[in-house]
Amino acid sequence: MSSFKEARHLFHFAGLFVLAFLVFLVIRHYYVPRSFGEYGHYRGAAIGEIGSLPVKFAGHQTCESCHTDILDVKSKGRHAHVNCEVCHGALANHANDPASVTPVKPDTAVLCARCHTTSAAKPKGFPQVVPADHSNGVPCQTCHNPHSPALDAGGAK
Amino acid sequence: MSGVEGYMYPNEITLYWSVLIVLYPYITGLVAGAFILASLERVFRVEAVKPTYRLALLTALAFLLVAPLPLVLHLGHPFRSPEMYFTPHDTSAMAMFGYVYMWYLMAVLVFEIWLDYRRDIVLLSQSSKGMLRLIYQVMTLGSSNISERSLVIDEKVGWIVTLIGIPSAFLLHGYVGFIFGSIKANPWWSSPLMPVVFIFSAMVSGIAGVMLLYMALTKLRKEKIDMHCVDTIAMYMFYIFIIDFSLEMLDLIHRIYEADESFRSLNFMAHTKLFFSQIVLQILIGTLVPLLLLFLTQVVKFTEVVRKRIYVLCGSLILISVLAMRWNVVIGGQLFSKSFLGYTTYKMALVTREGLLVSIALTILPLFFLWALVKLLPPWPEKSADQAVAAD
Repeated sequence: MSSFKEARHLFHFAGLFVLAFLVFLVIRHYYVPRSFGEYGHYRGAAIGEIGSLPVKFAGHQTCESCHTDILDVKSKGRHAHVNCEVCHGALANHANDPASVTPVKPDTAVLCARCHTTSAAKPKGFPQVVPADHSNGVPCQTCHNPHSPALDAGGAK
Repeated sequence: MSGVEGYMYPNEITLYWSVLIVLYPYITGLVAGAFILASLERVFRVEAVKPTYRLALLTALAFLLVAPLPLVLHLGHPFRSPEMYFTPHDTSAMAMFGYVYMWYLMAVLVFEIWLDYRRDIVLLSQSSKGMLRLIYQVMTLGSSNISERSLVIDEKVGWIVTLIGIPSAFLLHGYVGFIFGSIKANPWWSSPLMPVVFIFSAMVSGIAGVMLLYMALTKLRKEKIDMHCVDTIAMYMFYIFIIDFSLEMLDLIHRIYEADESFRSLNFMAHTKLFFSQIVLQILIGTLVPLLLLFLTQVVKFTEVVRKRIYVLCGSLILISVLAMRWNVVIGGQLFSKSFLGYTTYKMALVTREGLLVSIALTILPLFFLWALVKLLPPWPEKSADQAVAAD
């Protein structure tokens, strides 16, 4: 028998490889989205899909056009550069229909602690407290005005 | 904050790479080590280790099948994992690992096992019954030619595959070391020695693992342990362990002498948080004790029983030492701040997806795979297909 015939089983194994590779190519053809790689290493169509999503944030300028009283207080305090929707959440729906969509006021005992809980990783000058020691669950706005948190700015507003 | 000392950047406080990422290089290392042991017989013609040749190949396969599981469990979203193959990014070290893994699994390990067992598979496909017969028939890939000439061709091709397999095993595990060593932002990992240290520690752990498995399985089968084989394995293990230890010490001396800006921080860790796992477990108990014991077996004529006990003890200590080394690299590299001013703590969970129980299960799982493989493809000479056919 020739060497080729004696080594035929090796071609069977190679055939298995070729078959596996072809199956891989077929799966890849159907699995990878058409627009993949159009602009970069991602699905090109994703840009259009994300662009067509409804806008959720109104932007602080929209809030400030109505809530001028809050803007007056906020612009003078330490939170002047904290945008409204950072604390109040996305409010495009409220901006579009202020009468029927009323946002829920955030719970300051939880909200303030997110930024102001003591952490070794925060800069020393950043105001930080251990909430349990500092207020023991009493909402922060009892003493601080969240829009201008220095104590002399007054609480409960 | 509890567990945090000094200054940590916010994204350093919680460790992102858990104990599962410790297991990933550990299991991959056992694969590479087991394969290198097999290659001793096949390529370097160390006939004494022949009794472990097939067991080493099956062990490598069993562990290789489990090797990606810690990664999949750690990342979650298992259905996304094929994307690594379908749309690999050429700058992603992990995506390239997928191909290295697949190459090693299919082109090296499965092919070599198939070539080595082909004669047995053909004979078993003729002698076994029922479902098993069907499995063996599929495994023959439609060829029942086991003529002398075809087996000679298998032997030659198998030799070439093993020859390619050695750099492949180095590539597989060197790559794991490279993934850590190439992270230049982390001084604990960023070292060109990392892939080399990983390979040598992998070889030691894989050889120790196969030696222990061989001794345990032979004992379970109530057969006599081939002491010439075990002595030879222990000798190679000793030599490779010396190289591994020297390389690790070279890295350490280099770090001490260089004493760059990270040194104070790393030195502090080695004396505090990593003192037990690195100094005590990895270096003292896991390296110096087995090295001393293995040295004694080379220079003193111990009885067979004493040698066996020493080998079991050394093998176990080496497995613990290499696991501790992986722990010290993966976990240790995340315990200090890149500001070198603070330290955090790793608290391992118990029953979560990345907890202790899952890790133990993943460590044991390859043994179940190995059990199934040993049942399907007996590595023992007396259980080979010849006897099976003769018994029929």
